[in-house]
Amino acid sequence: MSFLSYLINGISLGSVYAIIALGYTMVYGIAKMLNFAHGDVIMVGGYAAITMMMSLNANPFVAVLVAIVVCTVLGIVIEAVAYRPLRNAASPLAVLITAIGVSYLLQNVVLLIFGSSPKSFQSVVPVPDLKLADGALTITGETMVTILSSMVIMIVLTLFINKTKAGQAMLAVAEDKGAAQLMGININGTIALTFAIGSGLAAIAGVLLCSAYPSLSPYTGAMPGIKAFVAAVFGGIGSVPGAMIGGILLGIIEILGKAYISSQLADAIVFAVLIVVLLVKPTGLLGKQIQEKV
Amino acid sequence: MKKFGKVLSVLTAAAMVAGTMAAPVAAEDTFKIGSSGPLTGPAAVYGNAVMNAIQIAVDEVNEAGGVNGANFEFNPQDDEHDAEKAVNAYNTLKDWGMQMFLGTVTSAPCIAVEAEAANDNIFLLTPSGSAVDCITGGDNAFRVCFSDPSQGTASAQYIGNNGIGEKVAVIYDSSDVYSSGIYGTFQAEAANQPFEIVAAEAFTADSKSDFSVQLQKAKDAEADLVFMPIYYNEAALILQQADQMGYAPTWFGVDGMDGILSLEGFDTSLAEGLMLLTPFSADADDELTKNFVAKYEEKHGEVPNQFAADAYDGVYAIKAALEQSGATPDMDASEICDLLKVGMTEITIDGVTGVGMTWSADGEPSKEPKAVVIENGAYKGM
Amino acid sequence: MNKKLKSNLITYGMVLVAFVIMQILLSTGHISSLFKGLLVPICVYVVLALSLNLVVGISGELSLGHAGFMCAGAFASAFFTKCTMDTITVSGLRFFLAILIGAAVAAVFGILIGIPVLRLKGDYLAIVTLAFGEIIKNVVNAFYIGLDSKGFHFSMKDQFSMGMEPDGQIILNGPQGITGVSKDSTFIIGVVLILLTLFIVLNLIDSRDGRAIQAIRDNRIAASSVGLNITKYKLMAFTVSAALAGAAGALYSHNLATLQASKFNFNTSILVLVFVVLGGIGNMRGSVIAAVILTALPEMLRGLADYRMLIYAIVLIVMMLFNWAPKALEWRERYLGQLFKKTAKEGK
Repeated sequence: MSFLSYLINGISLGSVYAIIALGYTMVYGIAKMLNFAHGDVIMVGGYAAITMMMSLNANPFVAVLVAIVVCTVLGIVIEAVAYRPLRNAASPLAVLITAIGVSYLLQNVVLLIFGSSPKSFQSVVPVPDLKLADGALTITGETMVTILSSMVIMIVLTLFINKTKAGQAMLAVAEDKGAAQLMGININGTIALTFAIGSGLAAIAGVLLCSAYPSLSPYTGAMPGIKAFVAAVFGGIGSVPGAMIGGILLGIIEILGKAYISSQLADAIVFAVLIVVLLVKPTGLLGKQIQEKV
Repeated sequence: MKKFGKVLSVLTAAAMVAGTMAAPVAAEDTFKIGSSGPLTGPAAVYGNAVMNAIQIAVDEVNEAGGVNGANFEFNPQDDEHDAEKAVNAYNTLKDWGMQMFLGTVTSAPCIAVEAEAANDNIFLLTPSGSAVDCITGGDNAFRVCFSDPSQGTASAQYIGNNGIGEKVAVIYDSSDVYSSGIYGTFQAEAANQPFEIVAAEAFTADSKSDFSVQLQKAKDAEADLVFMPIYYNEAALILQQADQMGYAPTWFGVDGMDGILSLEGFDTSLAEGLMLLTPFSADADDELTKNFVAKYEEKHGEVPNQFAADAYDGVYAIKAALEQSGATPDMDASEICDLLKVGMTEITIDGVTGVGMTWSADGEPSKEPKAVVIENGAYKGM
Repeated sequence: MNKKLKSNLITYGMVLVAFVIMQILLSTGHISSLFKGLLVPICVYVVLALSLNLVVGISGELSLGHAGFMCAGAFASAFFTKCTMDTITVSGLRFFLAILIGAAVAAVFGILIGIPVLRLKGDYLAIVTLAFGEIIKNVVNAFYIGLDSKGFHFSMKDQFSMGMEPDGQIILNGPQGITGVSKDSTFIIGVVLILLTLFIVLNLIDSRDGRAIQAIRDNRIAASSVGLNITKYKLMAFTVSAALAGAAGALYSHNLATLQASKFNFNTSILVLVFVVLGGIGNMRGSVIAAVILTALPEMLRGLADYRMLIYAIVLIVMMLFNWAPKALEWRERYLGQLFKKTAKEGK
């Protein structure tokens, strides 16, 4: 019974990682950059929603919408100001470091506006908890909504990328920027759209993260951001279903590691499993193996 | 491009050299108090609480005519909860002409700064550095809060003496000096007490949002009391998750738990029945506490926590010790330190964290922790 | 004198000149306490930046776990110093040995981690180094080691599980780490370490091995087709880098009275990477300058109070754009380039 309970908790935690990882992997897959500021965009989404709900007494649904708008705009601005000038820089590391600068910037701006005190977040999820086996097992409403949302997002993203014109343009840009441009694809517009979608997803992830673990501070996004990055790599970075599977597995491993091996070493266990997986499958669970040509 | 780099580096080097020059420190007619704590970074909430409270106390003292006819001047510095940055902050304050150091806020940086301060013979009073080693570096160091061992031991004794739990589970932060320090002494004292520790589960700074495993283990071990030597932010998450899984033992916390009732957006009914040993309660109805809480709320829009309270008392302890020893602001830091070392052991002050507080020469305060229980969303003495 | 040698000599000269200026300021007392305290940390970060640049710039692999090696070196050396406090009383000799031990332990970690890791490429390699860095931090955090009359005791749970005698002394106390390490690091030792690091790194680059490493960076398949042993050379760069980071860790741990594993987290690894990228990937002199500027910058900004870290973040972004954006480089070339050409001509 306790194993089942751990498993459910693992899936709950994993679903949060998964929904963050979806945004991560989306941006990475198309723009080929590790956006280390993604976790902080999530945090901004959380603050946008909490401000709407607590200060303006907005309906949770409106609050989520506002958060999505705020994050989408933020994502587009960040991309245009900080990332676009470096797209053709001599090394891809330049934009990685700038992303870290953006991450510091977002944390400190929020720190100055909202202060350092953590805030307790009111869940936006109206679904009641599901009790099984006489209350011994609980599946929270947040978990069900998070899993459902990540499934929907995963399917919509996959359809969008593969079936729409804009999605096809994204794939083309990811494959070869130069050739895409020659085919008449607007590179700047396509990448801006990628960031807009990725950041909009970050807002949803932020609201669900804070609903599941209701504590919000300017540094809330940092650690889940790194964990989601790990999840995205785990599943094969750039692969949308991979991010979903990677996130859920990461959550399960973390919880089971804590439960059956050591609660002190839980983080080390998660990372050790990641290393083993990558050594066996060097491009993650669902990653594409790219053949190198001379 | 290359040349530009060269010129840039020469310019920077020149600017750096200019920046390194020591400014002469003029003798002033104020007492200069410096402090450092995390004002940015994940621990910023504690540092900001301390700096806000010191500023309030300093303003009060100055309005009331100062100390020995001189005013206090206060300079807060950010140390990001990092030992290396704390030493930088301390050195910055030295350049400013600091005469007394009322810091640092967190334990690990305090140990590093105390080594420097002992070397320089500068008086150090830490409001909230609770690790034993914070004040063992020299005879110049004192603290306002309880040390970790005294909290762990007192908690174990309180639980044992009052028989409020037989099977005890502990949930602590194994990556944190404060939390693991209290857990260590709690466990040592538990051996002498009638209860049994049935589960001791850790979490770390990198995974502190999901506590389902720790709670499940406590529940499976049939613990009837859960001891949480952690800060209120994580405790709030634990209470929420325990509620979701329908687990309701007696909860027991220490001074870091204070603040849980003023956590913005937190459903305080979940904290009902939570017991904690704390030197400070914001709901106390003595004049000192009322005045302090009212001023803090007015200025910063939130209820002060235990960190703020310790810092507030720290300023008054320094004031009393300065008056006791007759120090004057024209003395240098080392002279003042020598006077305060003696002065601190001779004073008795009533503050918001205790009545009749005294200090021994080893720097430890003597005050009694109050056990309180949360009833109807407010502290109630036990 | 060829161009490379000249460039290397300028780098050494720059460090020496900075050292002499600082020494003069120190001996005449014209230096603020803040800067005096910053000298050793600056040396630590310069060595770290140089060692990481060896991996990132010369070997061409992205490592996000460099703080892990620093952690291994810092704890190994501090542990050694704590244990031999009474037996080796000459602090200079003890510290020398401590640095060697720190470097050696970190090198061992470098080999152990390098063998599996270097099979991976690109971002996957980056994340595995990140993972190892976090594992080292997490495991050290859970270590308890004590010493009493019966010898060493060890536990991964808590200090009481060690079963120590009452006379025992806890050396490594889990998250509380090691406290009371004697303060042996000095600016002179730091500068010597920088010069030594520069010597090792610059010589490695110019050696036969170094050229092999760079050939592998530029084209792995072509390099292996001419018979270069890829694993061997990659491992060589990785291990030397780890050892140097370990030495920097030793310098760090002997500068503060307290040492906690939590310091060596992802953020520290990233910080060192920032030095390397800002200073120029593969450019050792740039690493030195960037490490000095970025270590001192947040301290120089203290006057800004609450806005300090905000301004720091903005300065970082602007510097990155200024140094790396193709448009900015073009602009610099056009306007500033001419300016310097003129002054250079006049200089002649």
